[in-house]
Amino acid sequence: MMSVLLAALLTCYAVGVVLPACLPRRPKLQNFVAHGLACAAGLFGAALGMVGLVASEPLTASISSSIPYLSFAVRLDPLAAFFILTISVVGFAASMYAVGYVTEFYRRAPIGLIGSLFNGFLLSMTLVVIADNGFFFLIVWELMSLLSYFLVVTEHEKADVRYAGLFYLIMTHVGTAFIILTFLIFFQEGGSFSFETFRHPEQPLPEGMRTLVFLMALIGFGTKAGIVPLHVWLPYAHPAAPSHISALMSGVMIKTAIYALVRVYFDFLGGQFPWWWGFVVLVVGAISALLGVMYALMEHDLKSLLAYHSVENIGIILLGLGAGMIFLTYGIKEFAALGLLAGLYHTINHAIFKALLFLGAGSLLYATHTRNMEEYGGLLRRMPWTGVCFLIGAVSIAALPPTNGFVSEWLVFQSLFLSFHIPSIFLKLMLPLAAAMLALTGVLALACFAKAFGISFLALPRSSHARRAGEVPVPMRVGMALLAVVCIVLGLAPMAVVPLLDRVVSPFAGVSIEDKVLALDGWALAPVNVEFSSLSPPFLALLLVVLSMVGFGLVMAFGGLVKKRYHKTWGCGINLTPRMEYTATGFVQPIKRVFSTIYQPTVKLETEFLEESRYFAKRRRFEFHIEPVFQKYLYDPMVVFFTAMAERLRVVQAGNLHLYLAYIFITLIVLLLIAV
Amino acid sequence: MLQATILVIVQTIVLLAVSPFIVGLIRKVKARLQLRRGAGVFQPYLDLAKLFRKQPVVSSTTSWIFTATPYILFASTLAAGLLVPVFVSQTPLNFAGNIIALVYLLALGTFFLILAGLDAGSVFGGMGSSREAIVASLTEPAMILSIFAIALTAGSTNLSTIVHKTALLEGIVTDPSPHLMALAALFIVAIAETGRVPVDNPATHLELTMIHEAMILEYSGRYLALVEWAAGLKLMVFLTLIANVFAPWGIATSVEPATLGIGLVTYLAKVSALALLIGVIESMFAKLRLFRVTDLLGVAFILALLGLVFFYVLRG
Repeated sequence: MMSVLLAALLTCYAVGVVLPACLPRRPKLQNFVAHGLACAAGLFGAALGMVGLVASEPLTASISSSIPYLSFAVRLDPLAAFFILTISVVGFAASMYAVGYVTEFYRRAPIGLIGSLFNGFLLSMTLVVIADNGFFFLIVWELMSLLSYFLVVTEHEKADVRYAGLFYLIMTHVGTAFIILTFLIFFQEGGSFSFETFRHPEQPLPEGMRTLVFLMALIGFGTKAGIVPLHVWLPYAHPAAPSHISALMSGVMIKTAIYALVRVYFDFLGGQFPWWWGFVVLVVGAISALLGVMYALMEHDLKSLLAYHSVENIGIILLGLGAGMIFLTYGIKEFAALGLLAGLYHTINHAIFKALLFLGAGSLLYATHTRNMEEYGGLLRRMPWTGVCFLIGAVSIAALPPTNGFVSEWLVFQSLFLSFHIPSIFLKLMLPLAAAMLALTGVLALACFAKAFGISFLALPRSSHARRAGEVPVPMRVGMALLAVVCIVLGLAPMAVVPLLDRVVSPFAGVSIEDKVLALDGWALAPVNVEFSSLSPPFLALLLVVLSMVGFGLVMAFGGLVKKRYHKTWGCGINLTPRMEYTATGFVQPIKRVFSTIYQPTVKLETEFLEESRYFAKRRRFEFHIEPVFQKYLYDPMVVFFTAMAERLRVVQAGNLHLYLAYIFITLIVLLLIAV
Repeated sequence: MLQATILVIVQTIVLLAVSPFIVGLIRKVKARLQLRRGAGVFQPYLDLAKLFRKQPVVSSTTSWIFTATPYILFASTLAAGLLVPVFVSQTPLNFAGNIIALVYLLALGTFFLILAGLDAGSVFGGMGSSREAIVASLTEPAMILSIFAIALTAGSTNLSTIVHKTALLEGIVTDPSPHLMALAALFIVAIAETGRVPVDNPATHLELTMIHEAMILEYSGRYLALVEWAAGLKLMVFLTLIANVFAPWGIATSVEPATLGIGLVTYLAKVSALALLIGVIESMFAKLRLFRVTDLLGVAFILALLGLVFFYVLRG
C-alpha cells in the first residue's frame, strides 16, 4: 500500500518535471499538465502521509549505486510521513492556485519550464524528508536549494530579484557547507553515510564531536529555517519568487530544516543532551520570534511582511523544540514529548496558514500589480473571497481562538509553564520569561495582521490600482479556500491531530502522551494533567457562536428590527478622501517609537517653504528607515573581509596559461609526495 | 449536566446584568469626588436601552467587518467572562480554557475592534486602533507573567482550580509577597486593558487622548450598545479576576443554595469595592501621555517578574 502510493507520488512529480518541458509551447496546455500532475501527486502524498503516520512499521526501500557510499535509500517513518503530509497538502493547494496564477506569466515567462521546476521543487522536498542516506540527502537538499533558486529568479529581468536570488544562493550554500560538515562528522565516526549508522554507530560519538554536531546542524539547518541572525536572506528571497512558490518556500521548504533538526537531535543523537543545548535552541527561538515579528511590523511590502513572519514562527516552533530538549535532559519524558509535539503542531499549522497568506498576497498582487500595502485599501468589497480567506489566515497567525495557530501556541505556552518541574532554578526562571516573550510576540503579530488586513482590505481604496481591482479566477480561490478550511479544521479538531503527532513524537521521547494530552474523550486538551490546564477548542468555538447569537437575541429583544441607515463617514466637515486615511506607516508609528532601541530609526523631514512666506510649505519630503542591524554589523564586515581576501588572492590568478599549468604540476608533485 | 447548564446561564445573566451597574458606580464615584451629583448608578442601563432602540447609522465606506465586530466583541468578551469563576469557585466551563485562553479571547475582541476602527476610513478610528495596538502589546506579557506567578502557587493555570484552591487555603505559601506583586501587576494591566485613567480616559472625546473611544467613534445605535456593553463586561472580567484570584473569600465552593447566595452577595460587594477604588484612582491621577504609558506597563512587567523570582527564592 505504502510503496504503491510512494511510487505513484514520485512518478507524478517525475512526469511533471519531464512532460511540461517537452510539450509544444502552448502555455495553457503546459500549465494544466504541470499543475494537474502536481495536484495528483499532492493527493497521493496526503494519502501516503496519513498511511505512514498510522503504519506500524516504517517503509524502507533502497537502490544501490555505483558511486561509493551513495545509495538511494528511503525510509518513511512517522516523522517523515508527517512532513510528507504537510508538503503534500500545501503542495496540492499551491498547484491548484498556480493553475490560475501563472496565467499572469503567459507572455512573460516560459510556462513549461516554471511548471517543470515547480514539480521538481516539490519532488526534491519530498525526497529530502524520506532520504535515508546522508549522501543522497545532501544531493536532494542541494537540488531543493537550486530549484528554489531558479524559481526565485523567475522574474530575472528585475534587478532586485536577481539580487535576492544571489543572496539566497550564497546563504543557502553557506548553510549546506555546515550540513556537509555535520554529516562528515558522523561519517568519520561511523564509516558510512547510511542514516542507520548515524543512528546506531558502533561506538558512540565522543562528547566534543556531539557538541560540534549540535552547533553545525543548528547553523546549517538554521540558515535554511531562517533563525536570527541567519535570517537575512529570507525577507529578500521569499517575496521575490512568484506567489505560489513563495507559499511553498515559506510554508514548507523552511520546515524541511525543522525536520532535519528533529532528525539529527532526537533521532541521530538519541535525545541525549546537556541542558544548555535546549537552552540555546530556546534562546534562538525566542529571539527569532520576537525580532521576526518586530521587523515584520515595519514592513509595508505585504510579501516581505509575511516573510518576516516566517522567521517569527520558526522561532515559536523552536521554543517548543527547545523546551522539549530541556525536559529531555532532565528525564521528564512526558513534558519533553509535549514540547516536541507543540513544536510540530505549530509546524503544520504555520505551513498551512503561511501558505494561505502568501497565496492571498499573490491574489492581491494579481489584482492590483503592486505589493505595497499603502496602495491597497477597500479590497474586501472588491475581492470578498480573497478577503475572507486572508482574514482566516490572519486570525490564525495572530493565534486567536478558535483557529489552529492558537491551539499550537497554547501548547507551546503550556510546555514553557511546566518548567517548574525542572530542578535548575535558572531554567525555572528562563522558561516563563520565554513565555512572556512569546506573549509579546503573539500580540505584536496581532497588531501586525490587524495592520496588514486593515490597511489592505478595509476603508477606501488608496490608489487607482486598488480601485480597479476585481476578484481572482476560480482556481486561485479554490486553492486559498482549501487552506482556509484546513486552518479551521486543524484548530477545531486537535483530537484528530494529537494522536497522529503522538506517533511521531513517542519514539523520540520514549513515552506516548496521547491519553495524557487529550481529556474528555478528546474534546479537551489537558497537557499532562487536567488539574494544571485545559482547553477545548471545539467548545470555545461553539461558545463563541452561541454567545454571538445571544448578542443578536439581545439586540432583537431590546431593539427589534430596525433598518440601518448608510451615510458617509464624518470627515470634520469635508469629504473623506483616501489621503486622509491612516496609513500603515502611521499605524505602526507608536510601536516604532516604543521599541526604538531595537529599530534604531532614522527620520528625515525636509520642508521647502514658499518664497513669500515661511508659514506655507511648498513641498515636504518624509523619509524613514530602520537600521538593518544584522546586515550592517554582521554581514557587511564579512563581505568586506572576503572581498579584501579575494583582492589579495588575485595575485595568483595572473591569467597566464603557463602559470596555471605550473600550478597543476606543483599540485601533482605535492600530492605524489604525500601519497608516497 | 443540567446543573452545569443552569450555572453557566446564571453566570451569563449575572455578568450581563451587573456590568452596567459597575460602570454607573464608577461614574457616580467620580462625580461625587468632583462635587457633582452625577447621574444615577443605573443610568448605563437606560443608555443601553435607548441605544438599542435607536436607528444605527453605518458608514458607507465600511465592509461587513464593521457590523460583525460588535457581535464578535460581545461574544468573545462574554466567553472570557464565563471562564472566570464569579460566585461559585468551580465553574462548569473550567475545561473549556485556562488563563491563556482568557487572554487570547480578549485579544480576539481587540483584533476585530482594531479592524473596525480602521474600516470607516476616518483618521480618528485609525489613530485609536494604532494606540490600542501598542497598549495591548505592552500589557499582555505582564499579564501572562503575573498570572503565571499566581498559577505557580496553586499549581494550575486553570482559573477555577486557582480560585478553588485559594478559597480552601490549599497550597498557599505563608509569605504572600509573590501574590502581592502579581496583584499590583495585574491591577495595572486591568486599568490599561479596560481603558481607564491614567492609560485612557473613557469620558473624553478629545483626539489627543482617546484610545478606545476613538476606535468606536463611528458606531451608533445597537452596535454602539453592544460595544459599550462589551466594554463593561471586559471591566467586569478583570475586576472578577482580581477579586476572586486574590481574595476568593466568600465564594461558593460547593453548589448549595445557601453558599451560592453568600457567594453572590460577597461577589457583588467585592466588585463594587473595586469599582470604588477605580473611581478614586481615576479622580486622583491625570491621564498619562501615550508614550509614558510604556513606563507604567514596564513597571507592571517587572513587578510580575519579581513576583516570579520571589516565589522561587522563597520556595528555595
